[in-house]
Amino acid sequence: MTDTVRITYREAVKQAIREALQSDPRVFLMGEDVGRYGGCFAVSKGLLEEFGEERIRDTPLSESAFVGAGIGAALGGLRPIVEVMTVNFSLLALDQIVNNAATLCHMSGGQFPVPVVIRMATGAGRQLAAQHSHSLEAWYAHVPGLRVVEPATIDDARGMLRAALACPDPVILFEPISLYNMEGELTPASASARLDGARVHRRGRDVTLVTYGASLWRCVAAAGELAGGGIEAEIVDLRSLRPLDDATVMASVRRTRRVVIVDEGWRTGSLAAELGLRIVEQAFYDLDAPVARVCTEEVPIPYPRHLEDAALPGAPRIVAAVRSLFSDGK
Amino acid sequence: MASEFRLPALGADMDAGTIVEWHVAPGSRVKRGDVVAVVETDKGAIDVEIFEDGVVREIVVLPGEKVPVGTVLALIETGAGPEAATAAPAPAPVGTVEGRAEGPAPTAAPAAPGTGGGGPDEARFRISPAARRRARELDVDPASLHGTGPGGAITLEDVEAARREPSPAPAPAPAASPAGAAEADKAGMRAAIAAAMSRSKREIPHYYLSTQVDVAAAVDWLAVHNASVPVTGRLLFAALLLKALALTCRGTPGFSGFHRDGRYEESPAVHVGVAVALRGGGLVAPAIMDTADKPLAGLMEEFRALVTRARAGRLRASELAAPTIILTSLGEDSVDAVFPIIQPPQVAIVGAGAIVERPWVVDGKVVPRQVLTLSLGADHRVTDGRLGAQFLARLARRLGEPASL
Repeated sequence: MTDTVRITYREAVKQAIREALQSDPRVFLMGEDVGRYGGCFAVSKGLLEEFGEERIRDTPLSESAFVGAGIGAALGGLRPIVEVMTVNFSLLALDQIVNNAATLCHMSGGQFPVPVVIRMATGAGRQLAAQHSHSLEAWYAHVPGLRVVEPATIDDARGMLRAALACPDPVILFEPISLYNMEGELTPASASARLDGARVHRRGRDVTLVTYGASLWRCVAAAGELAGGGIEAEIVDLRSLRPLDDATVMASVRRTRRVVIVDEGWRTGSLAAELGLRIVEQAFYDLDAPVARVCTEEVPIPYPRHLEDAALPGAPRIVAAVRSLFSDGK
Repeated sequence: MASEFRLPALGADMDAGTIVEWHVAPGSRVKRGDVVAVVETDKGAIDVEIFEDGVVREIVVLPGEKVPVGTVLALIETGAGPEAATAAPAPAPVGTVEGRAEGPAPTAAPAAPGTGGGGPDEARFRISPAARRRARELDVDPASLHGTGPGGAITLEDVEAARREPSPAPAPAPAASPAGAAEADKAGMRAAIAAAMSRSKREIPHYYLSTQVDVAAAVDWLAVHNASVPVTGRLLFAALLLKALALTCRGTPGFSGFHRDGRYEESPAVHVGVAVALRGGGLVAPAIMDTADKPLAGLMEEFRALVTRARAGRLRASELAAPTIILTSLGEDSVDAVFPIIQPPQVAIVGAGAIVERPWVVDGKVVPRQVLTLSLGADHRVTDGRLGAQFLARLARRLGEPASL
């Protein structure tokens, strides 16, 4: 008997959108090239034929306009899923997201919640160059009034959209570009995916790797190599970047006493910086080594493959950072 | 001019020591008497002083290294020589404290400017927060541990390991391990005592004398004195003994000095060493310097401090090497008399038993009196019994006149 199905991350996202469209008539998908073209990452391929133009809406190239329209639709009682091609392009809609979506519920004394889900691709790894490859999650995670999530597994890609649509707050849902082609098992656990809370992805006693998004899999690779050298790494997948699940992170750090934060964002002003300080604030006396982090090099993501790889927080850098927390011999 | 700062012998039978820690770095200004390093010996970790004024030019021996007595530990730029004027570019203190020299470095290293030079936090004690908390819980002294974490930091594992294994390490701890486990210290100290005492009994022809002394006058005088001062100012009988012994040495040559290379040399100053039994076994005999010149109150204060530091394993090198004669006093509730062994290269040692009440004949009548048995172990190469008897008699007389001490 088998409860699992092998699918890609892209397929998991598509199934999630299809299920939402089927189960709730208020849900519709809107964005650039989501209809006739099938989505720039082919996530919505076939949905136009299945659900029609009313619910799969191609928009003009104007992020500010169609994100604003999505916010308006949410205020009007619909459950829009707005797709922005990449987080880089979302900056054109930053005013709508930060000044409107995040604020209206609070400014109206709770009268006008904005239940919009804004999906956007994030991160590097596909040679899409600097204007399509950045990881700006931390900017959104900075803003009260928003929920920010980033599914890194097949189950979460399949399950978190449902939870996002059920949330009365605007949710920014990041999909790592480099994971769309990743294949994995879809398990029944996807059906109960929550919007918040971190998850221990791998158990280990010696060091905690705190990460999110595509870096989860860099950590998995690093943990495999470290295990060969006798270091058992525990991996915490944050899943939700706002709010952060301090309890899960601290519980793990208290067990292992060492922590490396792996973040595809740039180091300066990063989520890694925020996490590092929270760990020092809450678990200082449990630490056996300085808090360490591995982030993306502080350059606009380069186009050439070897330079792109060198800029990202790859497994070799994670392994080296972990080893630096142990004595020279280990 | 540069001078060489060498590892001093911190006791008669010390032939090597392990540098645990430097308190100075290249560029540091030092004064005569400054404690510049901590050296681990069989007698524990000892602060080592420097005997010259100057500026540290180079640290030659890094922490963790075990080197023989006489090894050059550091180069000191002393005063006015021509080299001092040019202020030779001090080699940077590369990774000294970590005990991991990162490359040779002497050439292009920048000069450490003036005082307070050296890298920041060079000598900083590194311990993780988790380890520090655990050490407190387990009542483990982190300073006694060897760190295995990054940069030599002490980790939680180090603390717990120290707690787990009261390490049955073999006597002379093999190199490195700064401030090794207490057990290893103890074994090392046992070996040191064995060596010194064996040498003493092998080389020194001891003769022994003893005499019983009526110390009622001294005991009464102490009671009166102590009743008139605050608790902190109270004297112990040991203070009287120390002072009386030092004064006796001064008046009777042949007992306070050193026998070296076949001849005896009287020490111009009298530094009485006090034998201190350590908790958990072992014995050290640090000196109270210039014992004869100090008032009783000062002696008492120094005596107390010395015992405390001896038991904490924090004696100064000079204190251990300095005694010109040792007093061993077994104290109350012990035996009547002790026949102690001379610590080479000294030539005499005085023992005091317990003060006990005994029948005593005074003016033809048997009365109960406070009696103390004093003994002298002396070197027959230097003195004969007759002089020894005089020495002991003079000591007894001084104790009979406490007010003059």
